[in-house]
Amino acid sequence: MTAAFIRPLTGFVEKTFVIAEFELRKLRHDFTELITRALQPALWLLIFGQVFARSGAIHTGGIPYLDFIAPGILAQSVLFVAIFYGINVIWERDLGIVQKFLASPTPRAALVLGKGFSAGVRTLSQAVIVYSLSLLLGVKLNWAPPALLNVLVTVILAATLFSTFSLVIACIVKTRERFMGVGQVLTMPLFFASNAIYPTDIMPGWLKLVSHLNPLTYVVDALRTCMLAGSTSDFGLTVDYVVMLATTTVLVLMGAKLYPRLAT
Amino acid sequence: MAEVVLEINNLTRRFGAFTAVDKLTLSVNASEVFSLLGSNGAGKTTTIKMLTTLLPPTSGEARVAGFSIITQAVGVRRAIGYVPQAVSVDGSLTGYENLLIFAKLYDLPHREQKGRIKEALEFMNLTADGGRLVSEYSGGMVRRLEIAQSTLHRPKVLFLDEPTVGLDPIARDAVWKHLMDLRTNYGTTLFFTTHYLEEAESHCDRIAIMHQGKLDALGTCKELEASLGPGHTLNDVFVHYAGNALDAGNNFRAVSAERATAGRLG
Repeated sequence: MTAAFIRPLTGFVEKTFVIAEFELRKLRHDFTELITRALQPALWLLIFGQVFARSGAIHTGGIPYLDFIAPGILAQSVLFVAIFYGINVIWERDLGIVQKFLASPTPRAALVLGKGFSAGVRTLSQAVIVYSLSLLLGVKLNWAPPALLNVLVTVILAATLFSTFSLVIACIVKTRERFMGVGQVLTMPLFFASNAIYPTDIMPGWLKLVSHLNPLTYVVDALRTCMLAGSTSDFGLTVDYVVMLATTTVLVLMGAKLYPRLAT
Repeated sequence: MAEVVLEINNLTRRFGAFTAVDKLTLSVNASEVFSLLGSNGAGKTTTIKMLTTLLPPTSGEARVAGFSIITQAVGVRRAIGYVPQAVSVDGSLTGYENLLIFAKLYDLPHREQKGRIKEALEFMNLTADGGRLVSEYSGGMVRRLEIAQSTLHRPKVLFLDEPTVGLDPIARDAVWKHLMDLRTNYGTTLFFTTHYLEEAESHCDRIAIMHQGKLDALGTCKELEASLGPGHTLNDVFVHYAGNALDAGNNFRAVSAERATAGRLG
């Protein structure tokens, strides 16, 4: 009885890692992408962050503004990298790659989660960039190993979440033009309706409500809790993880359902 | 009696009001080389997509290697290989990596993976290029790699959608040599679509001609040629059955018969 449940499950996990492995192997052949990606968080921290820190316009409780937004910018760069990940499957669809994978016995959910997870691992470079910049700017970071591990897990999980979201959109719109349009429309609202660069306390009521429905808010909360020395969580790490895991699960299931649309 | 490996029964697919495949019924024997011919829009690709479980049929049924495409899709997927018309290997991976990922996805035993990949590369004459990025391959090499990738798990049926489109004659011959070797060595059934009549003529055991979603003719090349009377070529047969889809109307048959006659006389 148990074997009947365990075999599909181990098969699913194994295939997810196979898909992720080969997505990451592609990176080995061409890693210019990693370098160009480093630019955006640098601009946000060095220019936007510095200016707003000087102005003191945003009240962030006990912590300096630059410290406050460092985790927010990490979350933002994870979001920006992940939200356009779906363009890859549209590209693979225009070739015949998606069709070939769909005609193989690989579980659909493993195809989706494998791609999402590989995007998660890719995004770790953003954490390295933001940590280096934070160090440079004198942000008081928490270097305790459990805190670092939490940041690592959160970054991977958040990137998996948003890249799976991106895959779901790609499966629905199917063309590059429409995908780019939808991607542009989504990123800014997700970013601004979150606690990434200002606390939700200063938001009007309706926006605060929206931000509490936005998974990015929980990503930022988890990162802020673990990255900064002496910081406290708004929702509690458990709530953050539950929201991220539940959203990812729902998106993977949706993606698995929608993925075959790409073959038609 | 030969073993039936592919059994299609009243298979139908509609897209809105348009019927792409209309009550298709035919069967293919094990180790047979079978070609689906027809003009553009005749329903060939839609048929292949249904048989490879990429597209659910509107009605009807098909069994591939004994598995239902509707209720046993995973069984079908394990038993088949599929080479889509468009490029289906990844240019940012090496030839070897492209094969390795499919060896893993098809659950080849870990100990056998390396040997099987080496053998497949040798078989397709790609041994020297296994470590190169596929983006550096020529068109013929890409096609051979795709066939290697789709046959690593020794499928019972290999579906190919216009396998030689866009290849020069030398590359085409090389691809065909390897495909026929697959049949000889492993008994693989080949089910493919093509626009090149001479390919169908020189390699196929039987052909089927589709027109506007319907099966119009089925048999060996010789049988179909003979059915039009003496002196007809496969080309005449094709024109007779498939003709020009844009011209399709009541007197289509008459028109195409005329043209065939004119062609023969001229």
